[in-house]
Amino acid sequence: MNPSPPALALAGVACTFVSKDDPGQRYTAVEDVTLTVGAGEFVAVVGPTGCGKSTLLNVAAGLLQPSTGSVQVFGQPLAGINTRAGYMFQAESLMPWRTALANVMAGLEFRGVAAAEARTQAEGWLRRVGLGGFGDRYPHQLSGGMRKRTSLAQTLALDPDIILMDEPFSALDIQTRQLMENEVLELWQGAERRAAPGAGPTGRKAVLFITHDLDEAIAMSDRVVIMSAGPASRPIGEFTIDIPRPRDVAEIKTSQHFIELHAAIWARLRDEVLKGYTQQLGKAA
Amino acid sequence: MFKPTPRNIRLWQVGLLAAVFAFWHVMTAPGLIPPMMFDNDRQAAFFFGEPVKIVGRIWTWFVAEADIYRHLWVTLIETLLAFGIGSVLGLLCGLWLALSPMASAILEPYIKAANSMPRIILAPIFAVWFGLGIASKVALGVTLVFFIVFFNVYQGVKEVSPVVLANARMLGANRKQLLRHVYLPSATSWVFSSLHTSVGLAFVGAVVGEYLGSSQGVGYLILQAEGTFDINTVMAGILVLTAFALVLDAAVGRVEKRLMKWQPRAGETEKL
Repeated sequence: MNPSPPALALAGVACTFVSKDDPGQRYTAVEDVTLTVGAGEFVAVVGPTGCGKSTLLNVAAGLLQPSTGSVQVFGQPLAGINTRAGYMFQAESLMPWRTALANVMAGLEFRGVAAAEARTQAEGWLRRVGLGGFGDRYPHQLSGGMRKRTSLAQTLALDPDIILMDEPFSALDIQTRQLMENEVLELWQGAERRAAPGAGPTGRKAVLFITHDLDEAIAMSDRVVIMSAGPASRPIGEFTIDIPRPRDVAEIKTSQHFIELHAAIWARLRDEVLKGYTQQLGKAA
Repeated sequence: MFKPTPRNIRLWQVGLLAAVFAFWHVMTAPGLIPPMMFDNDRQAAFFFGEPVKIVGRIWTWFVAEADIYRHLWVTLIETLLAFGIGSVLGLLCGLWLALSPMASAILEPYIKAANSMPRIILAPIFAVWFGLGIASKVALGVTLVFFIVFFNVYQGVKEVSPVVLANARMLGANRKQLLRHVYLPSATSWVFSSLHTSVGLAFVGAVVGEYLGSSQGVGYLILQAEGTFDINTVMAGILVLTAFALVLDAAVGRVEKRLMKWQPRAGETEKL
């Protein structure tokens, strides 16, 4: 076997949804997707709306079985839920009947960590995402940004080797968003210092980050993958982002190199966005 | 000076009650005013009772002879048992049917039929099956409570947010943990949202059951008084039951507030 297999490898994945009421109605969300995320690599996937980005993430998480193709996690074929991955959802995913602390504890509890130990760890993670004093709040008592931080702590508390993020900050205002992006980058880079054995060459976690915001994608990732407009969307381009780390998402947006990369990727992406937009208009008409 | 304002609203509420009783007294007290609707001045009292005598009756029950507590206790026990058993059964069946689509598809028409049936009419059957003691009243209450809770739980499980569910699965929850940490809390929130209705119906079941045949309970007192055309005692029984239902409702409100503190309430602000 390869000495260091990629954290996540999708090969020839296609997902076709069949309408339950009318089996003749089919919709192929993604087709022929081959995508790898190296251990410790931060990969961002961008594409026009409705291009099946979330479908891809659900496949990687094991929540969705692909119609064809294979998924490998650290060289092992994926069956059922991807236990080495943590998933940050786009929508509200916290359990509303649990406090912030209990939500962060949930994963540890499910995995059989003793309550006292789980509590200590969860408190540590809440502090790390800046919510030290908010553990006793219920989700509805937290602001949108605080709920996202709680979700982040919930995901990271399990120390996953792969983090899947589905437009996690799309619902936040621009200031909160930049703060959160920087925090995620810091936590991700900081993982190096707390390196757990076997978590990739640098101790960093592999990240598959889905977004429709090109700025966000370039600012955060090592590699940007562009998806074509749906239906049957697939990766159509890849750009390596060689901006040195550590980065500050707000600062690098004005750097010359960032602007060049943005122009190059946008040139490729623009046609797809327009295509996707026309298709949506056509559907609405 | 006495315009209704949010501050003296209690005063107005008490005043309204006093006015109703005063009107009642004036219209029914024999010889107070000339009879309008009836042939003689005792008939109004016979049909509608006299507030003073009703209050006297209640005083006798609660203070002078203090013999109503035994009956109230029986009615309370019946209500609580009906509510408890009905809720647990409804919760279990709701969870089961919501999580096994096949069983729910098979049972669907029967559940609909059982729900549309006027279940109060089962009271005589329960009296035959379970006798005239507590059991038949509890059974009647259970059939009333069960369906309220059942439908709410069923709905609650069906409407668990798919994202919350997927998240719990990603966090490593197995089927049992999903049931305990996701489905159950979500379903209980629906049970509590129907708490007022189901406690009310448990109470209805208990009283109606007693009224149809029993040897104790407030419904029994009313039945007895009715047998001797003692309208004052009937009215007193109704007032006691109303007050009892109000107390029960307030207790439920307190329990609900404690258990549902995770649910957002409109207009609630964060206290920092």
